[in-house]
Amino acid sequence: MSESLTIRGGRVIDPVSGLDAVADVLIADGRIAAVSPDAGKEAREAVDATGLVVCPGFVDTHTHLREPGFEHKETIASGTLAAARGGFTTVCAMPNTEPAADTAAIIEFVLRTAQAEGAIRVLPIGCVTKGRQGRELAELAELAAAGAVAFSDDGSPVTDAHLMRRALEYASMLRPPAGGLGLPVIDHCEEPALSADGVMHEGWVAVRLGLQGVPAAAEESMVARDIALAGLTGAQVHIAHVSTVGSVELIRRAKSAGLPVTAEVTPHHLCLSHEAVLLGPAETPGGLAFDTNAKVSPPLRTSEDAAACLAGLLDGAIDCIATDHAPHAVEDKLCEFDQAAMGISGLETALGLCLSLVHDGRVELPALIEKLTIGPVRALGLDRHIESIGTLSVGAPGDVTLIDPEAEWTVEPERFASKGRNTPLAGRTLRGRVVATVYEGQVVFDDR
Amino acid sequence: MSEEPTVAGGAIAALEVQPAWERRHVLDLDDFTRPEIEIVMETTDAMKEVLGREVPRVPALRGKTIVTLFYEASTRTRASFELAAKALGADVINVAASDSSVQKGESLYDTVRTLQAVGAQILVIRHGSSGAPYLVARRVEMNVVNGGDGWHAHPTQGLLDLYTMRSHLGDLRGKRVVIIGDIAHSRVARSNLWGLATLGAEIVVCAPPTLLPYGMRPDGSPPEEPLALPPVIVETDLDRALEGADVVMALRLQLERMASGLLPSLREYARLYQVNEERLARARPGALVMHPGPMNEGVEISSAVARSLQSAIEEQVTNGVAVRMAVLYLLARGKP
Repeated sequence: MSESLTIRGGRVIDPVSGLDAVADVLIADGRIAAVSPDAGKEAREAVDATGLVVCPGFVDTHTHLREPGFEHKETIASGTLAAARGGFTTVCAMPNTEPAADTAAIIEFVLRTAQAEGAIRVLPIGCVTKGRQGRELAELAELAAAGAVAFSDDGSPVTDAHLMRRALEYASMLRPPAGGLGLPVIDHCEEPALSADGVMHEGWVAVRLGLQGVPAAAEESMVARDIALAGLTGAQVHIAHVSTVGSVELIRRAKSAGLPVTAEVTPHHLCLSHEAVLLGPAETPGGLAFDTNAKVSPPLRTSEDAAACLAGLLDGAIDCIATDHAPHAVEDKLCEFDQAAMGISGLETALGLCLSLVHDGRVELPALIEKLTIGPVRALGLDRHIESIGTLSVGAPGDVTLIDPEAEWTVEPERFASKGRNTPLAGRTLRGRVVATVYEGQVVFDDR
Repeated sequence: MSEEPTVAGGAIAALEVQPAWERRHVLDLDDFTRPEIEIVMETTDAMKEVLGREVPRVPALRGKTIVTLFYEASTRTRASFELAAKALGADVINVAASDSSVQKGESLYDTVRTLQAVGAQILVIRHGSSGAPYLVARRVEMNVVNGGDGWHAHPTQGLLDLYTMRSHLGDLRGKRVVIIGDIAHSRVARSNLWGLATLGAEIVVCAPPTLLPYGMRPDGSPPEEPLALPPVIVETDLDRALEGADVVMALRLQLERMASGLLPSLREYARLYQVNEERLARARPGALVMHPGPMNEGVEISSAVARSLQSAIEEQVTNGVAVRMAVLYLLARGKP
């Protein structure tokens, strides 16, 4: 097999090497073979990327693929297709499936199904505790041996501080052959006694709508706890979907103290705020939308929180952007706000939404691409599992995303590849889209 | 149905000349203009006249079907809507849906679509989840009346409270209305705040900080985010709050509030916040005493005050029927 693909004449941005220049990318046998101004000169056929940005395929540390168990919300096939449409070539699959990915068998099922039906690479995350019940550790070593790249009870925190400590200690011995710390434990930080029955951010919108709020302190108190435990154990904690000013500041301080703490932020926590619940996508009787598509955990917070998350992303307090793609069926959202499922179907809007930050002059495009590629790879140490992933280095996987940063498009959820049509962005015009996605040298999405 | 008088009578007939009522739904008072509130008040006057008749019925809504869909237990509100609808000659279907039927798989959306399909024109909905009537209003052709949603709104209660206050005090501009108790979890309080603000009353809320909404600070500091609710004076001290009050409204204390750590005990709450004769002496002489019911006598209000001459509590209930007649009438008539 000597299949090759040439992508010619694009603006190639590879954050790891600092490359930002017009060049050709040559992929052979599924791997990057050359990146240089004339690498594609000889090719008889080439993808013309003139006017486009060419960068490593995006990596998502936080994707809910829902299979097994919730195939009506998403499958590995539909979710990975949605990922490809969003420019992602690797997604880390969260384990809150049914059954939960707390045994090697489920990890193997996810890998096998992804291999057979998936459009892109799936790296599974295993549970921290059996059944995500927060009572006993899952068999972490077996999960790691089966292919889990991290552990998380996402959807729920590991509420018991003692168990979280033991999980960190235990995971610290599970070092991939390529080295580094043990596999990271990803925590969904939310102190349940404080978040209680809250359904949105505790702030003026919640007061206006008579909805129970989740205070910022519910997240911050557990972020503080996890940072203390990272210090106690020396094991890596990765804070999922950071959403508050205080969390960013805590993580920034932990990092400057040299603690093994990493963090991610979602496009919606960077770009949206709790007003989205109030306003909704369109005119509504009474003027109050109660938009269940803007219901997400952690909740959309204030614009000050969003600004702090962005500042953290830019100064390194936050390592990467993660979608927290959380697809749901129509009926999960077409209901009372209190009863509606939490989550946003985010893979297919991630780039377009994040590019608004570029167009507003708040982020440079190469910095954004870094946070979607090598940022997540380094945060979870994924290059210990897949060499040179998230880069365009020679020998790296032939994962490439082609972007038109200027193209305007309207978000039409009914056209998503994801089964989850739940987005507060429906009808909104975004500027910048993914034009094509190449995974291991194969074009898996092409909208040229 | 054919036994009813067929002539609407003077008061109702006079309503026909009123300015057009544009509103399709009554979901909250937050977007009611003063003229709209005036229309409801005047229409309520006419309905009170009807209710005073020997046969308190008019056929104004004959042939209309009104459904009350209650996901929460309610005696007075549901009965009040039913009486109102019947007094206008409408057919009424009462559906008591328990929250458990939601878990059984019948969604609110399916339920209301079904009710619309069987021919209901007006839906009165009471639901424990804030925003439920908005979900419905967005997706049905029926006129929707919010009969109380979660902690959010209870517009017909707000309207009947405004009506009751106005019938005693006239113009509410500058009148000092003190609302005491669980503001944070009270849809009655919220709807009253909007209505009272629109009519220009001076609003005082009085509660311990645990029963105040987020951002409503008792220390006099301006709220960080001023858009949430109309401006109010916040007091934690009942005596200060009652100083010079024209209206004293005690809210029902949900007894489960103790369990969630919001209050130490009923005893302490009653000691600090019960409206009794001694505390009421701080208000203006003859100040109107109100309570949306059902009361915990001896907790938020003393029995003596609840039954005093100053109390408008029973009158609120009576006015409730007339106000709901007015709302149903205006919605049914306003429809093109």
